[in-house]
Amino acid sequence: MRFIFKTDYNQDIRLAKHGGHVFWYSMLGLFLVAAPWILGEYMLAQMTFILIYSIVGLGLMLLAGFTGQFSIGHAAFLGVGAYTQAVLTGMGWPFPVAIAVAAGLSAAVGVVVGLPALRVKGIYLGIATLSFGFIVEEVFARWESVTGGNAGKSVGSPDIFGWKADTGDSFYFLCLVITVLCTLAVVNLLRSSTGRAFVAIRDSEISAQSMGINLSYYKTLSFAISAALAGIGGALYAHQIRFLSPDQFNIIQSIDLLLMVVIGGLGFIHGAFLGAIFLIGLPQAISAVKDFLPDAIGQAPGLKSVIYGGVLIAFVMFEPMGLYGRWLKIRTYLQLFPFYRKGMFKRQKSFQKSDRLK
Amino acid sequence: MQFLQLVISGIAQGCIYGLIALGFVLIYKATETVSFAQGDLMMLGAFGGLVAMTMLGFPFWLAVPSAIVAMALVGVLTERVIIRPVLGQPAFSIVMLTIGLGYVGRGLVTMIPNIGTETHTLPVPYKDQVWNVGALVLNVEQMVVIASTVALCGGLFALFRYSKLGIAMQASSQNQLAAYYMGIPVKTLNGLVWGLAAGVAAIAGLLLAPITFVHANMGFIGLKAFPAAVVGGFGSLPGAIVGGLIIGIVESLSGFYLPEGFKDIAAYIVVLIMLVVMPNGLFGEKLRKKV
Repeated sequence: MRFIFKTDYNQDIRLAKHGGHVFWYSMLGLFLVAAPWILGEYMLAQMTFILIYSIVGLGLMLLAGFTGQFSIGHAAFLGVGAYTQAVLTGMGWPFPVAIAVAAGLSAAVGVVVGLPALRVKGIYLGIATLSFGFIVEEVFARWESVTGGNAGKSVGSPDIFGWKADTGDSFYFLCLVITVLCTLAVVNLLRSSTGRAFVAIRDSEISAQSMGINLSYYKTLSFAISAALAGIGGALYAHQIRFLSPDQFNIIQSIDLLLMVVIGGLGFIHGAFLGAIFLIGLPQAISAVKDFLPDAIGQAPGLKSVIYGGVLIAFVMFEPMGLYGRWLKIRTYLQLFPFYRKGMFKRQKSFQKSDRLK
Repeated sequence: MQFLQLVISGIAQGCIYGLIALGFVLIYKATETVSFAQGDLMMLGAFGGLVAMTMLGFPFWLAVPSAIVAMALVGVLTERVIIRPVLGQPAFSIVMLTIGLGYVGRGLVTMIPNIGTETHTLPVPYKDQVWNVGALVLNVEQMVVIASTVALCGGLFALFRYSKLGIAMQASSQNQLAAYYMGIPVKTLNGLVWGLAAGVAAIAGLLLAPITFVHANMGFIGLKAFPAAVVGGFGSLPGAIVGGLIIGIVESLSGFYLPEGFKDIAAYIVVLIMLVVMPNGLFGEKLRKKV
C-alpha cells in the first residue's frame, strides 16, 4: 500500500502521481513505440484501429463520462470528420491542415447539436442526437457531388508537406502521436477549471449552476470538444479504411461507440482505451472461438450480436464501472491483501431519481 | 383524393408508431426507464405469431392472442430478471441495458436456422384485400391496423380509468414512494407494466407484419417511435398515439411531395423542430424541480 503525502497543490494536480505511474507509463510508451517491430502487419493494423477508436472514445468519454450528456449519434461527428478529410485531401490539401479543418468543422456541427442540448435533458437529448445522426447519415448518402453517395468515396494516404505516411508502420506512428497529443490535451483539460466544471455539471446541474457555472456555455463547449475529437478520429479512420460509405456512420456505429465507453468504464480516461481494445478485440476473439463451437451455434449469423448484447447486459448488471472499475477492484484487492472487503466499491443504495423533475 | 389516400396510409403507419411509442411511454411512466428494446419486442411478437400460425398450425383467432400472451410473459420475465436488479442506477445504464436486450433478441432470432435470416409473410385472412369507397381504394390491412388501434386505445383508457389495477399504475407512476406507502405493490406493478408494454408491442408487430414482412431487422422501426413519443410528450399516453399519427402522416406526405430521401428522415426533422420549439411535446407535463 502506497501512501502519498501531498504538500502542495501542484502535487495534487500532477499527471503522474508517483514513481509507479512514471515507470508503468514509460513501459507502455516503450511498447507502443516498439510495436511495429514486435507485432505482425495484421496486429499492427488492429493497433491502429484501437488508437483511432480511443481518440473517438476520449471525446465521447468527455461528453458522456465527465459532463453527463449522452449522444446516441456520435457516429455523425465521426462521419463529418472522415468526409471532410476525404474531400480536402482529395483536393490536395496537406494532412495537418485538413485534419485541423476536419476537427473544426466537426466541432462546429457539435455546437449546432449542442444548442438543443441546452433546452433538453436526459433521454430527450439522446433522442435529439439520435435524430441528428439519422439526418447526417442521409445527407452523406444524398449529397453525391461531395460524398460520392452510396457508391462510396476513396481516400488516399496522408501527405504531411511532402512526407507520405503510406505504409502501415508510418501511419501507425502518425496515429500514435495524435492519440498521445489528444490524451494529454483531455487529461490536462480535466484537471483545469473547465474540466471540473464538466464534472460538476455531471454530478448535479442544480448545484453546479448555484456555484456559478454557466451551464449552457460548458455544455456546448463539451459538445464541441467531444465532436472535434470524434472528427480527428474520423479523419484518421478515413485514411485507415481508405474507402468511405454512408453506412459506416449509421446508428450501429453510434451504439458501438457508446458500448465502448460504457464497457470501458464511464468516467475514467483509461476506460476509453480499454473500451477501444475491447471493441476491436471482441470480433477477433469471436472468430477465434467460433471454430470450437458446434456449427449450429458457431456459424449462426446472429452470434456476434448475441455476444455483444450479452456482454453489455452483464456489464451493466454486474460491473457498472466497466473494465477499468474491475481493474480498480483487483488492484485494491492486491494492495490491501488480505483485508479487502466485499462491499468496498458498493455504491450507496440509490433510489429511483426522477428525470421528470429535473 | 390523392391527398386523402396518402393521409389514410399515413394514419395506418402512424398507428404502428403510436403503438410502439405507447410501450415506451408505459414503461417510462412506471419505471422512468426508456426501453430501446421496444422495437425488438415488436419483432419477437411478429415472429411469435408466425411460429404459432405456420409451425404450430394454430388458426388465426388463436394464434394472435397466444402470441400476445407469450410476449407479455416475456416482458414480465425481462423486468423481473434483468431490469429490477439495476433500478436506481443512472438512467443511461438502463438505456444501455435495453440496447443490449435488443441486440440479444435480434441475434437470437437470427440464429434460428432457416427461419431467422429469411423474410416471411404472415398468413392473415385479410391479406391483399381492398375496399373501394367512391374513388378511394382502402387497403383492408391498413383498415385493420386503424380499427385495432382504436379498440386498443379504448381498452387501455378503460383500464386506466376504471380498473383498480390501472388506477394503481397511475398512482405509482406519479409517486412511487407514496404509492408504496398506500399499500400498492409497486414492484409487481412494474413487472405488469413491462408485460403490458410487451403485449402492446406484440400487437403492433402482428398488425405491421401483413403490411411489410416479418424479418429479424423489422425492430428498427422502433427507432421511429421515439420521435412519436417525443412529439406527443414523453409522459403522456394519448400523446404517444397522437405523436405517432403526426409522424406517420408527415412521413407519408413527404414521401410523395418532397424529393426522394426526405421520407426516411421526416420523422427526425419533425422531432428536432419539436424539441427546439416545444421541448415538452404536445401533451407533456411541465415540471420544475424545487430545491
